Amino acid sequence: MNTPTLSSPLLSARNITKRFGGRIACHDVNFDLWPGEVLGIVGESGSGKTTLLNCLAGRLTPDEGSVAYETASAGTVDVHRLSEARRRLLTRTEWGFVNQDAREGLRMGVSAGANIGERLMAVGARHYGEIRGSAADWLARVEIDADRLDDRPTTFSGGMRQRLQIARNLVSGPRLVFMDEPTGGLDVSVQARILDLLRGLVERLHLSAVLVTHDLGVARLLTHRLMVMQGGAVIEEGLTDQVLDDPQHAYTQMLVASILPV
Amino acid sequence: MPDTNMTEGAYNYAYLDEQTKRMIRRAILKAVAVPGYQVPFGGREMPLPYGWGTGGIQVTAAIIGRDDTLKVIDQGADDTTNAVSIRRFFAHVADVATTTRTEEATIIQTRHRVPETPLEDGQILVFQVPIPEPLRMLEPRETETRTLHALSEYGVMQVSLYESIARHGRISKSYNYPVQVNGRYIMSPSPIPKFDNPKLDRSPALQLYGAGREKRIYAVPPYTPVKSLDFDDHPFEVERWTECCAFCGSTESFLDEMIIDDAGKRLFVCSDTDYCEGRR
Repeated sequence: MNTPTLSSPLLSARNITKRFGGRIACHDVNFDLWPGEVLGIVGESGSGKTTLLNCLAGRLTPDEGSVAYETASAGTVDVHRLSEARRRLLTRTEWGFVNQDAREGLRMGVSAGANIGERLMAVGARHYGEIRGSAADWLARVEIDADRLDDRPTTFSGGMRQRLQIARNLVSGPRLVFMDEPTGGLDVSVQARILDLLRGLVERLHLSAVLVTHDLGVARLLTHRLMVMQGGAVIEEGLTDQVLDDPQHAYTQMLVASILPV
Repeated sequence: MPDTNMTEGAYNYAYLDEQTKRMIRRAILKAVAVPGYQVPFGGREMPLPYGWGTGGIQVTAAIIGRDDTLKVIDQGADDTTNAVSIRRFFAHVADVATTTRTEEATIIQTRHRVPETPLEDGQILVFQVPIPEPLRMLEPRETETRTLHALSEYGVMQVSLYESIARHGRISKSYNYPVQVNGRYIMSPSPIPKFDNPKLDRSPALQLYGAGREKRIYAVPPYTPVKSLDFDDHPFEVERWTECCAFCGSTESFLDEMIIDDAGKRLFVCSDTDYCEGRR
């Protein structure tokens, strides 16, 4: 196994363009994501953030451009040229995907333990005690009481569901996590707790992440680098603090100025 | 083979027309070549309702010949309505000998049981299958279940077993217990009790499964490994009874529990009537 050096990016997107009919959802996006880095994509709704994220994660096929990913053991692969089998394997072992709506990312009909254990079982874990052990461990790491292990997510609050979804994704030890508005739709105190949790996990596990959000506060807290999108194009990018403290583009200036002061 | 009919001339030999039987045989050949894979076929209307064995009857009709001896069982018994009707149907339209003796039969059509008497080389076991897709209750979309089979992504099946242990302390599924055929496809063994699952493993008989409503045929060729899914620390096990059969005294066969009076007195008897009678 060759460890990726700093000279090679984990994920690099080149000229990503996606159209829906005549409408351009994202246009000519380029970036490199380095190991251990958290990249934020911000912009107003309809600016193409989620489409871009889905293209990166292999859920949508872009009309133009390519996404190269440096795998843990098999060198660099073009995400959209992999066979479906390889791509699906990649998405449930080396990647994670946290949806805004936890119901899309969870199996609501089975217990929290089974939700967390699914990825382990999918790659061949067949020891019930060990699977349950890792599920309990991850439940603790996302700060859910151990006695909720056998409860269904339907009995969980929104914040707990979101934390469960995070645990379910991280149990397989992914290297790259895609997050689509992970704190959208939650009240602020719950948001703060999840942000805290995510920040801790990203640092401890040395995760790389692509985070889509419309909330500049979330971006400030979690991301190292920021891309600002408007109308499907990236209009400004740079270090998060730099972009937020000294925005260059008029639209970014407007975004930053729209943050409500407390 | 002179397959244009018998005395009345109303129906073709074995009820189905020759083109239909040829189509079903092609599906069977494909199913045998890919053990456990569900092959779609053009299921026909049969003179009985879905759920009564239309799939099994079509498979039997496609493989039966005048030299065959047919046995039909329903829940292990030769004398229940479904078994008697299907046996009489084929005696009438296919002009075959019928039997209740497992060892004399060349084709055994069954619902819900595998005979207790060990099967032999050359015998064919035809199962009636209500729901051929083992992942159906876990994944409602047919397109998705096909993808899961194609890529052998069977984590979700294991999730259902995990959930069962978490909820009940053991794998509570007692019939239609999922199996993996030849290390590849996960297959529904039809609603046989899990007691019968070990009999499917490396069986000398050919197993054919027909689902009439869902129009699928699948098969397990002779001597093919069939593994019941489980966990390392919760291994697959079959049910056991503390009682023995009240008629034949067997302690090895699958027992039906019957309540015989208003006081709740119970009696255990073999579900396989032919096996039970042979031992008395």
